[in-house]
Amino acid sequence: MSHFLSPIFASGFFESEAVHIALAVGALVAIVTGVVGVFTVMRGQSFAGEAFGDLGTTGGAGAYLVGVGTLWGFVIGNLVAAGAMEVIGVQRARGRDLATGIVLGAGIGLAALFLYLYTSEHSTTGATVTILFGSVFAISSATIPLILLLSAVVLAITLTLYRPLLLSSVSAEMASARGIPVRLVGAFHLVALALAAALAAITIGTILSTALLVGPAASALRLTKRPVTALLTAAGIGIAVMWLGIVLAYDSYHWPPVHQGWPVSFFVVTLVFITYLLSGIPEARRRRQTGRNHAASSAAQPATPS
Amino acid sequence: MVNAWTVASMVAVVAGVVGFFTVLRGSAFAAHAIPNGSFAGAAGASLIGVSTLFGLGVFSLGGALTIGLLGRRGRHDVATALALVMMLALGALFLSFSVEYAPEVYSLLFGEVLGISPNDLAPTAILGTLCILAVAVLYRPLMLSSVLPEVGEARGISSFRMEMLFLAVLALATTMTVPVVGTLLIFSLMIGAPAAARSFTDRPLLAMGLSVAVALLIVWIAIAASYETNYPVGFFVGTASAVSYTIGRLWTAVRSRRRAQPSHT
Repeated sequence: MSHFLSPIFASGFFESEAVHIALAVGALVAIVTGVVGVFTVMRGQSFAGEAFGDLGTTGGAGAYLVGVGTLWGFVIGNLVAAGAMEVIGVQRARGRDLATGIVLGAGIGLAALFLYLYTSEHSTTGATVTILFGSVFAISSATIPLILLLSAVVLAITLTLYRPLLLSSVSAEMASARGIPVRLVGAFHLVALALAAALAAITIGTILSTALLVGPAASALRLTKRPVTALLTAAGIGIAVMWLGIVLAYDSYHWPPVHQGWPVSFFVVTLVFITYLLSGIPEARRRRQTGRNHAASSAAQPATPS
Repeated sequence: MVNAWTVASMVAVVAGVVGFFTVLRGSAFAAHAIPNGSFAGAAGASLIGVSTLFGLGVFSLGGALTIGLLGRRGRHDVATALALVMMLALGALFLSFSVEYAPEVYSLLFGEVLGISPNDLAPTAILGTLCILAVAVLYRPLMLSSVLPEVGEARGISSFRMEMLFLAVLALATTMTVPVVGTLLIFSLMIGAPAAARSFTDRPLLAMGLSVAVALLIVWIAIAASYETNYPVGFFVGTASAVSYTIGRLWTAVRSRRRAQPSHT
């Protein structure tokens, strides 16, 4: 069996503890980001997701500086950023990108300062690359309880608020007409997004975390319009790209040009991108078909006044 | 120091002009994504041994076109996010191939404005002039298509073509600025300064001029502060941009309250 599969799974794949942790954490994070991502994409908050990823860099660099776990840095940094965005008004669609951009710009500036202080104190440059590009193989088993806790919190927020969140994401007017506190629901979603971005950052790095938050969810929403199906599809796509990425990264230790493995995050993001492109095909085909039917029906009834 | 000052001033002028349209069109995300993603081009260029400027140009233009084309069908913010992470992932791959390049990641992302050499002057000036010229030529149709896209369409200005052209200008500005000041500086300037300027006036040309002035002020303060303290210049630019935006918001709030008061009495 293992001999038969050896072209796909390089030797030692199923024995390595780093791989076990990577597969488990990857799947968990893929589920959490998929669920949160569907609402994020529906609400058009991809930029906020991206901003949290980048602001995680600030938190991560700060964590390096004071010497606590990187994940704590991501979480605290993102929560502070969520508060700042809420204060300067991300709840209105107009001007939201601007508010996000301002917080993001100031945040990256702070990250530059933290990284500068850290690197000049410790005279290493590795911190920058580790925080920015991360690696799911480098997750230590000590952070797993925190990852579990954060995932539980995010899923609890999102699933408790499922109905009001869904309604206010589809139509804020209709939701407020039914007495849903739209702004409060939005704020809770922002917190869930901030935490989910922290989880994505620890698995594939801060600046790539958006890929997990947005990619699977956007692909799922192109394939189905039904919310529950979309949530499940997004989680499924997330797990698939994570696991396939991990397998490919493990295999790539034998690939040229340097024989030290290609980054996992590269594979995950590439697979996410390909999935998104492929998910547009059914829609495009449908559109072409309806266009043709339309043309055919209008040709069949030439200029009959209705 | 004089080189840094000259180059940074050129960057501020371009950022003020291009940023005005960025804020007007609500393209903050694209203005973040194109410079940020194009750093992969610099990493790739150093890997195959061509000039950094070339790599940046190819990646920023490629990224701009991908954002424009993917965003035509489907959600614009999703397209931008995915184009960005795809470019960054390629950057991560290129970095993993070339070990010696890693320390330069920091300066590419966060800027190393005080390390600018006289050789950087000419390319920055040429690309900057191209940027300003492009904006000048496109000014009327771009303005119309940004403010009233429907009216623009009715007059035969394709919104899609304008979006592509604008993204191309953004890519050009990126190519010029990233190698000297990093991706952070240009993004903060392009958003903070014009957003602040727009709080003070509604007239487009005045707002654009004011936006250039604010950008210049931010850059000069940041360079001086960075020179004094030795802290990274990006930190000061990010902070100063946020402060200028806050001042703009406060001014708007004060003015609208003052205008509202006579109606109460």
